[in-house]
Amino acid sequence: MPIVTGTTAVPDVERKLSKEEIQRYSRHLIMPEVGMEGQLKLAKAKVLMIGAGGLGAPLGLYLAAAGVGRLGIVDFDVVDFTNLQRQITFSTRDVGRPKIEAAKERLAGMNPTIRIDTYETRLTSDNALELFRDYDIIVDGTDNFPTRYLVNDACVLLDKPNVYGSIFRFEGQVTVFHYPGGPCYRCLYPEPPPPGLVPSCAEGGVLGVLPGIVGALQAMETIKLILGIGEPLAGRLLLFDALAMRFRELRLRKNPDCPVCGDHRTINKLIDYEEFCGIRGEEVVPDMAGIPEITPRDLKARLDKGDDLFILDVREPHEYQICNLNGHLIPLGELPARVSELDSAREIVAHCRSGVRSGKAVEFLQQAGFRKIWNLKGGILAWSDEVDPSVPKY
Amino acid sequence: MAIKLEIPTALRPFTGKQASVEFEAATVGEALKTLTTTYGDLRKHLYNDDGKLRSFVNIYVNDEDIRYLEKENTAIKDGDTISIVPSIAGGR
Repeated sequence: MPIVTGTTAVPDVERKLSKEEIQRYSRHLIMPEVGMEGQLKLAKAKVLMIGAGGLGAPLGLYLAAAGVGRLGIVDFDVVDFTNLQRQITFSTRDVGRPKIEAAKERLAGMNPTIRIDTYETRLTSDNALELFRDYDIIVDGTDNFPTRYLVNDACVLLDKPNVYGSIFRFEGQVTVFHYPGGPCYRCLYPEPPPPGLVPSCAEGGVLGVLPGIVGALQAMETIKLILGIGEPLAGRLLLFDALAMRFRELRLRKNPDCPVCGDHRTINKLIDYEEFCGIRGEEVVPDMAGIPEITPRDLKARLDKGDDLFILDVREPHEYQICNLNGHLIPLGELPARVSELDSAREIVAHCRSGVRSGKAVEFLQQAGFRKIWNLKGGILAWSDEVDPSVPKY
Repeated sequence: MAIKLEIPTALRPFTGKQASVEFEAATVGEALKTLTTTYGDLRKHLYNDDGKLRSFVNIYVNDEDIRYLEKENTAIKDGDTISIVPSIAGGR
């Protein structure tokens, strides 16, 4: 079953490579597996990338370089300094620019012969089908569960293959979902984890090269699908462990009970994916009700007055090395065992990076009988914003 | 039967940072029980409150998903590898 169907606007016979294009794609053209026929397939292919971040960077670069005729990019984010460690499409001077704008400029500079369409929007149940409809292949490079289920369901409903890649710290997963007759994301994982159980890249970190490798694998699978060569990574889940430098393959089966692609489908249209993933509105932040807080400004004022406040830092030692408020370091996980280091008679202000872990610490210490204890609102990030900009943010 | 259990990055904080552990067990259920007894904090990441395996964590014996074998009753033999493969979503 051919994945790529020629556009109706440009019949197959009319598209010819120019002299300049023949030179550009020379290393493809001299391989019989690609050749002129393959290169024209690439020129006629329409690929939509969801996300222009870590996975999107190598993806966009390789797909554009390979001559994929029409490349769509969906992203609503702005380039920031923390992106530059891995998102290799962007330069330092791009910080502050919309990602799609910077990406388009870079990709068009590399290959001006292709068409690049950018969509500066969050992918939603309202716009996904319309966005996907024009494309042959969807490549999922997003960073959250709701969007991944949305991309999956939209691909199944429109019958388009979904080249999937995801990463966590040193680990990656790659596969092609909904290759004709093959399993989908819901066949692999019927449900997402509850919010907060699995840390994101922003919380858990990621080695910069990892999305480079996983995104490049996605680019390879995309190009194979377009050319119709080799064995697609469908029905197989490729696991990559960068620390062990090991690739493993697991069998991925189509689930006959899958609600979206199985025999008795219950999902026939796009749903509310935030709700499906247990996220409602912006309430991803854990409930801080009942936890006494102090703002960075109030803390600064009290310290300046010379008040005797004990600063408790509940982050990890490697975070303390990045920046600190000279606090006493007890990582949250060690707090129960080291509570004797704290004096309940003194006033204690607990802090972490953004205020979530220290909120848990305050809750725990309250239960342990501590009464004069506060959580630093917004953590050391807010301290940097509101009190001392010389403290680096990470 | 000595079998190897592969622990994914996300769950290594609960196994003393070990990437794999070895246990004696005759079925997948037995191996997971020994694992979660040895590393108690792992339990809530693998099982829900009803004691059922969570639907965003897949268990494989070698390269096959236990949902398509005998689930937790799947027999294991010497040298088999059990892999715990949770859903990950990172990409930026």
